[in-house]
Amino acid sequence: MPDDRRWADRPLVQLTLMRAREFFREPEAVFWTVLFPILMTTGLGLAFRSKPAEAGRVAVLGSAPEAEAVAARLRSSALDVAVLDDSAAARELRAGKVALLIVPQPGAAVEYRFDNTRPDAVVARRVVDDLLQKSSGRTDPVSVRETLIREPGSRYVDFVVPGLLGMSLLGSGVWGTGFPIVDSRRRRLLKRLIATPMPKSGYLFSLVISRIVVLVIEAGALLVFARLVFGVPFRGSLVGLGLICLLGALAFGALGLLVASRARTLEGASALMNLSMVPMWVMSGIFFSSTRFPALFQPFVQALPLTAVNDALRANMLEGATLTQIAPELGIVTAWLVFCFFAALALFRWQ
Amino acid sequence: MPAHAVEIRGLRKAYRDVVAVNDLELTVHAGECFGLLGPNGAGKTTTIEICEGLTQPDQGDVRILGERWGGRRTNPGLRRRLGISLQETQFPDKLTVGETLQLFRSFYPRPQPLEEILKAVELGEKRRGRVGQLSGGQKQRLALACALVADPELFFLDEPTTGLDPQSRRQIWDLIEGVKQAGRTVVITTHYMDEAQRLCDRVAIVDHGKVIGLGTPRELINSLGAQHVIEFRVGAATELSDADLLALDGARTVRRRDGAYLLESAHAHRTVPALLGFLSARELALEELGTHSATLEDVFVHLTGRMLRDA
Repeated sequence: MPDDRRWADRPLVQLTLMRAREFFREPEAVFWTVLFPILMTTGLGLAFRSKPAEAGRVAVLGSAPEAEAVAARLRSSALDVAVLDDSAAARELRAGKVALLIVPQPGAAVEYRFDNTRPDAVVARRVVDDLLQKSSGRTDPVSVRETLIREPGSRYVDFVVPGLLGMSLLGSGVWGTGFPIVDSRRRRLLKRLIATPMPKSGYLFSLVISRIVVLVIEAGALLVFARLVFGVPFRGSLVGLGLICLLGALAFGALGLLVASRARTLEGASALMNLSMVPMWVMSGIFFSSTRFPALFQPFVQALPLTAVNDALRANMLEGATLTQIAPELGIVTAWLVFCFFAALALFRWQ
Repeated sequence: MPAHAVEIRGLRKAYRDVVAVNDLELTVHAGECFGLLGPNGAGKTTTIEICEGLTQPDQGDVRILGERWGGRRTNPGLRRRLGISLQETQFPDKLTVGETLQLFRSFYPRPQPLEEILKAVELGEKRRGRVGQLSGGQKQRLALACALVADPELFFLDEPTTGLDPQSRRQIWDLIEGVKQAGRTVVITTHYMDEAQRLCDRVAIVDHGKVIGLGTPRELINSLGAQHVIEFRVGAATELSDADLLALDGARTVRRRDGAYLLESAHAHRTVPALLGFLSARELALEELGTHSATLEDVFVHLTGRMLRDA
């Protein structure tokens, strides 16, 4: 049938406008999608500023022989040293308020009490030991010169920005696609829409288009902010970065579509959304590397779409990897996209 | 145009073990306003949604404007000719009235101009108002406006006035009258007998998924053989026998409700004096007396033994 309508009167345009209006007229949605990742970046960037590893506070057990003398020898350096009685020492050591407890022993001996899984305790043990040994007359046979290197790209903020971008794509993809669908089904709007001659593909594509529009805004805002405020590097191609974001956003959008394919209530949908997202929040390397999980879990961890997206983003931004180098990650994301999309189409209910 | 807008034969639909529609037969003529009247749960909505191609029937043949819904019930050609208002659709709160209508206009190749639709439903002033801010009656008029956008041949309106105040109901009725004047076919479901009586050319009374009465409102009322209902109450602890009451001039049937007697009569002007004479002869005190013209409500009660509203 010849169609002489203006482009603005086409279903795809009107359906996309509906999504956009619903999104931008909901201040909370804009906050969570755009501002939240930026606030997280700011907070984490400030909290984990690059600074020298610190020894933390150490204590000498007051009831031990020579306690005050040992404390005086340590205080001559920049260390924060306290002298504590037995109960205070035990309490503060347990609470982590002191990193290391020094218990001088009779004769030229000393005992260190500390938790070797705590980085500041390990540093404290080394620093305190060096000070005590040197002040007791140890001489080091090898002379040492230190050259310090602090480069953008190896800081925590550089690590965490791609992770937060991936997390943001996941959240807005699943939530931003799933929530409006379930809400429309609950309101019987979906049913009303299919009672018209609306092309169903138009409905689907309006979801895809609005997803891309929101992606450009959320990813753009976060990356520009990270670049300008924290100097986070972009070592790979921006086209490649855009492609990873696009593929990730579509895959997470398809996951949202799948999660929302049947749910009739917002409560039920929320449960499914959290169920699908929590494993990725924990394991997909947002705040710390996913390689920290035991080898047994790795096949599962590596197969998660957010792990692949985060790894690809980091490889692109921090290492300048080409698309060929991140092909395995892109393959995993594409597989999720295809699987979720077709599963959602098969399961989808309009009423 | 086929003479029949809707033809339903042997329609059956069950949800798990609940039979919603049970061997239902209906024909709606082109150009008439047809009412499906029945209590909640009678199967009205299931029937109309099968007609709208939104629900798949278990059995039966349904033809809408001479066409059948395909297996996937998409048939956009047929959908363009229908105007639909579902029970309880909530349009997006964040959109304005104008934006909502533009959305629905975009689904049809030759929609009505926006201004005309807004004028028809008297929402011109609300064009830029958010849907979430509208009153119940305004929301329902918006739902009808969405059904009107393509000037369809056949309207399916599922309980268009349920839950509205009297003034909003009258506004909706005027709107539907307008659609009737334009020669369109309207199928409406309702559990308000006054609505069916006022709007519908013909009414099917539906109960337990079956049509139990069919005709014009006048025909249905006449089928009672009684134009009037006389409702009265006598002093406590007095039992009147049916036979005595039916012997009164013009009395046709007797029913009892909450201690009151309902006497259906062909001629109230003869039955009422006879009743008064009967009561005074027995020295019984009349506590309450009222008459009303028989309504579809009385037809429903006559057919089912239950009231529409508490059925």
